[in-house]
Amino acid sequence: MSDSLTYAYYPGCSGTGTSMEYDMSTRAVCEKLGIRLTDIPDWSCCGSTPAHTVDHSLSSALSARNLQLVEKMDLDTAVTPCPSCLTNLKSAEHRMKKDEMREKVNKLLDNPYNGGVSTKSVLQILVEDLGLKALKESTIKPLKGLKVAAYYGCIMNRPPEVMNFDDPEHPMAMDNILKAMGATVLPYPLKVECCGASFGIPRKDVVMRLSGKLLDVADDIGVDALVTACPLCQMNLDLRQTQINSATGAKHNIPIFYYTQLMGIALGMNEKEMGMDKLCVSPRKVLDAIGKEEKK
Amino acid sequence: MGIVNITKTYDADFVKQVEKESGQDLSLCYQCGNCTAGCPYTFAYDIPVSRIMRMVQAGQKDTVLKCKSIWLCATCESCTTRCPNNIDVAHIMDVLRHMARREGYAPVPTVKKFWDSFLDSVENNGRVFEVGLLAAYVAKTGRFWTDLDLGPKVLPKGKMHFKPHEIQGKDEIKKIFKRFQEESRK
Ligand code: SF4
Ligand code: SF4
Repeated sequence: MSDSLTYAYYPGCSGTGTSMEYDMSTRAVCEKLGIRLTDIPDWSCCGSTPAHTVDHSLSSALSARNLQLVEKMDLDTAVTPCPSCLTNLKSAEHRMKKDEMREKVNKLLDNPYNGGVSTKSVLQILVEDLGLKALKESTIKPLKGLKVAAYYGCIMNRPPEVMNFDDPEHPMAMDNILKAMGATVLPYPLKVECCGASFGIPRKDVVMRLSGKLLDVADDIGVDALVTACPLCQMNLDLRQTQINSATGAKHNIPIFYYTQLMGIALGMNEKEMGMDKLCVSPRKVLDAIGKEEKK
Repeated sequence: MGIVNITKTYDADFVKQVEKESGQDLSLCYQCGNCTAGCPYTFAYDIPVSRIMRMVQAGQKDTVLKCKSIWLCATCESCTTRCPNNIDVAHIMDVLRHMARREGYAPVPTVKKFWDSFLDSVENNGRVFEVGLLAAYVAKTGRFWTDLDLGPKVLPKGKMHFKPHEIQGKDEIKKIFKRFQEESRK
């Protein structure tokens, strides 16, 4: 595979904590596929939602510190698995194209950002730079017999002018990856609905309701598992699934994977490497069923 | 909601200010209601998002800045994506909370305190320190952590760290916050 698949990698704060299995599986899968991820040295928090609710120059500065570090690495593309980090980095990149905003933000920084970096999600480079054909060809253990739905969450593709990838109402990147790797992907009508985002702690009732709806529909269409690309979505649906059951009287038992975890299985890597033991709702039954259909 | 007497309370400066800070042309909103129809949070809002747009057009500064909705908006970008007039509605919601903050409103205190605890954590460590953030949030709200049931689920997974990740650029981050405070005082 070509040398051009080299990127500056931004893991994001949750990647070192609550979504470590996303980070682990992302790194392992990329390595296996010949994609080189070099960590941005001494990266800092992008400010997430709280920063942009306070001020856009503050939020942009927190993100731009990282973009400026990428410039120093002599790489032009930064990638991150987390849609929330992606939004912040991309919004900073976008806003700082205007001279006035760039000056204002650079005043807050020790080292100025000159505007030479573009940011993409890992999902985007897998589909656009590596391509589905390569994924199909690398598949060793097809995800046969696995019925899943892909859930993108609200901000992976929106607003389209900023995110500039896939369809804002009907994204297909994850669906296509999972299909290429052998899974049966069911149409999921709520693929871009919000899960309740970071309101889990300050307004749990909101998350119970919104994530509860996502799980209800997943059960209604009969999936074995939901597949996500966002640490917040995954946490609300997986970690809080028992809370949602008690709040809404439901009896969901739906494993919630990161798409990279299932990719890893399809690429022949082991469960431990994919951090399968970090999931709250046990994926055991689902993982054991992969490929079984054929043997009948 | 009651009837608004706009002749008495129309605040032209407010309208101009929102337009300036958001870079959006407010007069483009013709109240189609698309943003509200797609907003997942309408059930929790005191004023639906399209109505907020109308209130801003009508210069109803107090009503808008005091409302709960702007603190419950998750910036899901659904309104912005679906507005037929390409108004960046989510951006306007962001600008309204910037203004509300400056004027000292916090009608949903748990949300504000959570965001503040988060930013304190970034300011002090350079990255978010999840356990520290929770402790600070509990201290700020005086509420006991309502997620105690999650403890046994998370702790054995080895995902929570009890010490912050130290980064070398920690002071650079502190300075970003400091300079921001100084700039906003100007
Ligand atoms: S979608 Fe746009 S035009 Fe329609 S009500 Fe909302 S802001 Fe106004
Ligand atoms: S961005 Fe905010 S106001 Fe707009 S649809 Fe989402 S939650 Fe509602």
